[in-house]
Amino acid sequence: MLEDIGNLFHGFAVVIQPFNILLMVVGILLGVIIGVLPGLGGANGIAILLPLTFSMSPTSAIIMLSCIYWGALFGGAITSVLFNIPGEPWSVATTFDGYPMAQQGKAGEALTAAFTSSFVGALFAVIVITLVAPLVAQFALEFGPAEKFSVFFLAFCSFIGMGKEPPFKTVASMMIGFALAAVGLDSVTGSLRLTFGFTELLNGFDFLIAVIGLFGIGEILLTMEEGLSFKGKAAGINPRVVLQTWMELPRYWMVSLRSCLIGCWMGISPAGATPASFMSYGIAQRISKRGKNFGNGEIEGVVAPETAAHAAGTSALLPMLALGVPGSPTAAVLLGGLLIWGLQPGPLLFVEQKDFVWGLIASMYLGNLVGLIIVLTCVPLFAAILRIPFSIIAPIILVICAIGAYTVHNSSFDVILMMVFGIVGYAMKKTGYPLAPMVLAIVLGDKAEEAFRQSLLASGGNLGVFFSNGLVATIMVLGLVALFWGVIASAWSRLRGVPKTA
Amino acid sequence: MATDGPPHRSVEIAVAIICLIFGGITIFGSLSAGIGWGAEGPQSGFFPFYIGVIIILSSLINLKNAWALDPQPLFANWGQLGQVLAVVIPTTVYVLVLPYTGIYVSSIVLITGFMIWLGRYRWHTALIVGVAVPVAIYFMFEKWFLVPLPKGPLEDWLGL
Repeated sequence: MLEDIGNLFHGFAVVIQPFNILLMVVGILLGVIIGVLPGLGGANGIAILLPLTFSMSPTSAIIMLSCIYWGALFGGAITSVLFNIPGEPWSVATTFDGYPMAQQGKAGEALTAAFTSSFVGALFAVIVITLVAPLVAQFALEFGPAEKFSVFFLAFCSFIGMGKEPPFKTVASMMIGFALAAVGLDSVTGSLRLTFGFTELLNGFDFLIAVIGLFGIGEILLTMEEGLSFKGKAAGINPRVVLQTWMELPRYWMVSLRSCLIGCWMGISPAGATPASFMSYGIAQRISKRGKNFGNGEIEGVVAPETAAHAAGTSALLPMLALGVPGSPTAAVLLGGLLIWGLQPGPLLFVEQKDFVWGLIASMYLGNLVGLIIVLTCVPLFAAILRIPFSIIAPIILVICAIGAYTVHNSSFDVILMMVFGIVGYAMKKTGYPLAPMVLAIVLGDKAEEAFRQSLLASGGNLGVFFSNGLVATIMVLGLVALFWGVIASAWSRLRGVPKTA
Repeated sequence: MATDGPPHRSVEIAVAIICLIFGGITIFGSLSAGIGWGAEGPQSGFFPFYIGVIIILSSLINLKNAWALDPQPLFANWGQLGQVLAVVIPTTVYVLVLPYTGIYVSSIVLITGFMIWLGRYRWHTALIVGVAVPVAIYFMFEKWFLVPLPKGPLEDWLGL
């Protein structure tokens, strides 16, 4: 414990170097821009900018990329409040009360509340990471293949059972991801599979290409279809408004705390920031005395989803750091970055790459603080970006996506793949197939399969190995509970005689 | 017309069928890689084979659910789909010609064309933006971050 605190201070020393501070500011600025622009979000924004970090040290690289992530989380709030357009899925719930506040001329209050709650949520989650992640990692060091597989199993089952999409669509999307991950060289036996004679497929599908296509191109196509025209509210933020709002915010400490807890829980179990923000909003609405007024510009209705979304977005990095299992697509991209920089994600990271891990954790504290200051001072600038017409923004984003896809492996074939993924992403979004499980399956497919096959090899093909000791059995049972959560929850409420609420 | 378009149900059914086919391809590929037990434990096709089976099963359920949908609601009207195609077609051409023209020339054409065609900008405004962005990208990627991008005949001629 004490040692961890020492490590953390060492991490701060790494982060405070001028070059790293500069990267932090650049990262936040890029992140907010990415969060504000349609078609670019945390996951594909980081995927596109990843090649820029190839020549940096891993610590500097992760500082910049994670700051892009914080920036994107902040940026989503700006578009929700001022334009009633959620820049990111997790800020949909913020529009419910944020935009009405802006319409009433209280945009400054809404934005201040949103940014501050984001900061509080993130800070809470970082503290949780600081305290819990080293313990989890230490615990996980003793995991064998069966335990590793059970953790993957739990992560994927939570997606199916806890997601709001139809479970069988989630299953289909996830399994297609696994199948795509299997294409190419089989890492265990070294033989080729599923390439059907195409040499382009030897190395399989890179998930970065999938992320850029599915989220970037797909989003542009959706926006085109909706024919969005941005009509924003003026953004007036001045120090007086900020201070006034800060005086008011402590009153909502209960909402904040509850949202932090919901966010962390949803972030660590890979449900993600979007359901966390909705759930937190829903619960706040039910509990609050002013619940009836939610939707008409209630400040609590901004605090609750923003706190939860940031807490979830941040705590999604916990399993990524401690176990090598990312909790969100963006965390998955960061994990991909780790591999490219030559680091092996997983519990050993805490032993072998202390500088890196604690530098990252320290940068989470500082990055969010820097982010809060930047967004509070630069809102008009970011709002101006949104006023650039879509017919200028769209082709530029298409070009940037193409460059991002090309630079991953210097391959033109990848750019074509990106386009295919883009069209697939558009169709999937329109028909309610979730994208996140597919991306995570592409990232983790090989590792999950390896763990599965190694366990079977050790047991001689007996599936009982996944229930052979207390630990692995517990995780597997948790996974099964998560998988059938929908069924269990409805059975439970029927048992108690409560009418099912939709 | 504007209120006409493909029904949502048909698209859902089509997506489920494409997933089915995908599952079939996965199973077929796995079978040829071997799905049994080899010298090094499970063979290469072992894991993807069962993945393929799950894809088929879940797609069948999705297909059944899609079948039961109300055929009335539209997926999108033709006008909206036209807008989508107006992005898909030029971008597809863009990614296909990219290896031959290099990224800069094709990007200039894409951005300028997009602005004139869909944004109804005057050609000189469009050309300024269309040239400025690739130039900015050139300096950012090739000069600052030292990441080479694909180049074509024009860049060779300019000696870049």
